[in-house]
Amino acid sequence: MTNQYDAIVIGGGHNGLVNAAYLARAGRKVIVLERRHVLGGAAVSEQVFPGFTFSVYSYVVSLLRPEIIRELDLPRHGMQILPLESTVTPLPDGDYLAMWGDSDLTRREVYRHSPLDAEAITEFGRLMSHMARAVKPILGMIPPDPTSLSPGDLKGMLRLGGHLQSLGVKRFHALYKLMTMSSSDYLDEWFEYGPLKATKSASGIIGTFMGPRSPGSAYVLLHHYMGEIDGAFRAWGFCKGGTGTISNAIAAAARAHGTVLRTEAPVKQLLVRGGRAAGVVLESGEELHAPVVVSGLDARRTYLDLVDSSELPDELLAQLRRFRFRGSSGKVNLALSELPDFTCIPGIGAHHRGAFSISPSVDYLERAYDDAKYGGFSRRPYMDIVFPSMIDPGMAPPGRHVASIFVQYAPYHLDGGWTDSRREAFGDAVVDTLAEYAPNLKSAILHRQVLTPADIEATIGLSEGNIFQGELTLQQLFFLRPAARWCGYRTPIKGYYQCGSSTHPGGGVMGAPGRLAAARILADT
Amino acid sequence: MRILHNLKTTPFHARTAPLIQGQTWRRWSGYAAASSYEFTHDREYAAIRNAAALIDVSPLHKYLITGRDATRLLDRVVTRNVPKAQLNQVLYMSWCDAQGKVIDDGTISRLGEQRYRLTSAEPNLRWLHRNAFGMQVGVDEISESLGALALQGPLSRAVLNAAARESVDGLKYFRVMDNRIADVDVQVSRTGYTGDLGYELWIPAEGALAVWDALMAAGSDYGIMPAGIWALDVARIEAGLVMLDVDYHSAHRAVIDAQMSTPYELSLDWSVTLDKAPFNGCKALAAEKARGPAWRFVGIEVDWDSFEALYAAVDLPPSIPTVAWRASVPIYRDRRQVGYASSGCWSPLLKRYLALAHIAAPHFAPETPVEIEVTVEHRRVRAGARVRRLPFFDPPRKKA
Repeated sequence: MTNQYDAIVIGGGHNGLVNAAYLARAGRKVIVLERRHVLGGAAVSEQVFPGFTFSVYSYVVSLLRPEIIRELDLPRHGMQILPLESTVTPLPDGDYLAMWGDSDLTRREVYRHSPLDAEAITEFGRLMSHMARAVKPILGMIPPDPTSLSPGDLKGMLRLGGHLQSLGVKRFHALYKLMTMSSSDYLDEWFEYGPLKATKSASGIIGTFMGPRSPGSAYVLLHHYMGEIDGAFRAWGFCKGGTGTISNAIAAAARAHGTVLRTEAPVKQLLVRGGRAAGVVLESGEELHAPVVVSGLDARRTYLDLVDSSELPDELLAQLRRFRFRGSSGKVNLALSELPDFTCIPGIGAHHRGAFSISPSVDYLERAYDDAKYGGFSRRPYMDIVFPSMIDPGMAPPGRHVASIFVQYAPYHLDGGWTDSRREAFGDAVVDTLAEYAPNLKSAILHRQVLTPADIEATIGLSEGNIFQGELTLQQLFFLRPAARWCGYRTPIKGYYQCGSSTHPGGGVMGAPGRLAAARILADT
Repeated sequence: MRILHNLKTTPFHARTAPLIQGQTWRRWSGYAAASSYEFTHDREYAAIRNAAALIDVSPLHKYLITGRDATRLLDRVVTRNVPKAQLNQVLYMSWCDAQGKVIDDGTISRLGEQRYRLTSAEPNLRWLHRNAFGMQVGVDEISESLGALALQGPLSRAVLNAAARESVDGLKYFRVMDNRIADVDVQVSRTGYTGDLGYELWIPAEGALAVWDALMAAGSDYGIMPAGIWALDVARIEAGLVMLDVDYHSAHRAVIDAQMSTPYELSLDWSVTLDKAPFNGCKALAAEKARGPAWRFVGIEVDWDSFEALYAAVDLPPSIPTVAWRASVPIYRDRRQVGYASSGCWSPLLKRYLALAHIAAPHFAPETPVEIEVTVEHRRVRAGARVRRLPFFDPPRKKA
């Protein structure tokens, strides 16, 4: 077996796979090296409990760039997106707030709580999809360095300036507000009904160590509106077979173009010769050689773990040590003998095919953040719950179900550190809170998997368990992601590139960093 | 708590539902509305122009505006002079954003010194609230509690006189009166969306079925028929009446500025009063009036000989639309596109193929020869047409 390639991709997460697929599609001889036994990184489906398939980490899809789906022909490689239409927020008083897939039904439901909000919600949705459309060209752009005078960067800045100008006054101001405000303050300008504001503001805290009242959280809110399915913005779906099917489809596309995919092949170090990337050394001692090495790992691992620090400028190392991860969320996966029966909408019905959000008020979310701010996990956390087996019956044995519960806050830096007993206490807080809304939950649990940020870091390698490979805060976006001057997928080591969510435009199973990095590599080499 | 996973139904649903033969339900503002009751709408349309048609228009949005500043609020919002409206007068007009772009159109009925009912196609509660900031005014949505029926057609007056306690003979065009039908207190306005003699009845939801029954019973001697949206659509095109979301887009919903229209561009000049207290969009509208609108909303009449010849060329008889169409169809002049039609239909009454269109300056003068795109046997071709003054049909009985 040869050990000479045109490009080596470290990490078989979705971005690494996208990157490899695009390089291979351009005729390069590519190998992907994945540490685990399964490809996909955080986008994996695994049978944690026999007969029950879980999207163990990432669990919904929306942000995956449509051009990647088209160019890699992912549907032909097995990816099928199923609609996830509704969000129900159960309320402590026994009522609920629902947002359905149908705008007439949603309007009628929101009207029940606030006639004014029922109108505002349409206008808000319209503005946010405008904003998402306004930001879309930026997502597909290799960030130019505003401090550089190179023709490429100047051209990029010119394009960016032209684009911002084209937004018009109203949208430019809205973008400015979204970049600077807290999601709670921003939503206060639109809505009056508390649970509605809370449920919407929850999109602004996901994956971030901020509360809904923290300035900057409005941007994360916008980030979640950037999803496009079939040309419609703010459309979320569920991948048949779980999120791992996306990774498998990308892997199949890469393989079809000749990419070699190796699992259980942990990389120990980047090989540098004469200041240039030359290949990698595996933990096993095996060496593989290539003039191009691409890291899909997060910035900390890409620079600080895989590279000898003497190869990198001090100033960059200092920036990277400050790059904020601060994992803030956990995941609880349940195998269930029956679906939770929610007191607010008794019985099993259409609402189980959508998401449930435990976000009764902004105060509730902010208190959940308070717990985390001072080193604890939220005793009453925010949760986003889906029942994938209600959308794809193949996820569980007939009549049985799986629940995927995204939980926030579970701080990586827990007081005293994460232990087995603290993990279980965290799991109990989640189940206890949810059982208040669905009393049959506890007796329905066949198996419970609790993942803390520490578990996420240990299993799939995301530093501090941050689901975006670094927080999506303004000071870590665009030309500052992951570090000033090194935003363009290159590194100071010639031939060494990065393609993970630590680079522009960030995480959320978008695949955009992997694709943009491939474009950069193909232009460079 | 039950989930309401259905469209809303109007207060007349118990009567209309058994009548709808083809289950041609459609959406109208979140309500289930009948496209037609019979399998085709021909007889329902004929009732509008020949006898009397009963149309459930309850999905209209209705607001009651009361209090010290009620007049001030409405005068600030709409383009017409509200303080000048007489008691029991009904005004039709549009309302605009600050750029003079139309948000919606509808009617205001002056029911008291400081008491008004506003009807609109889209929800406007939020817009009214925003404009009422700092005012002493109550804005109550009464869309669900108030049913609405349109009784339209040359015999509608006779039907109403047979059913109502008070004669409507003295009720003038665009006026409203209190009345009583089947022991239910209702209001009757001489308004409608057909351009014919006709009335609209404003009925408390709990009395809806009794009033429906009384009108159908009284109308049986006059050929009354329940009519659906398809019949109404033909009538409103003949009457040249603009329709939100079909002929124009609300400034609150348009995606780009080019999709918005001003009242002048919709040919609603007559409903804009510039010399009144400042109102939303007045500066922009004054400027537009001074420079002249870039677009006009006009009638288009397809030249029959030209239309027929296109079909004859492929050995087909001419094919006319059976249902009014709602689509964007290019209009050309000298091979250049000068506008687009947004609705069209064959007029069974006038025996002409009509359309409503937005035409750019300077091509909108009446009688301007234009061409309209027609698809004949899968090929897009152009038929000759002329710009016509609206309305196409305006019978004296409408206002008599």
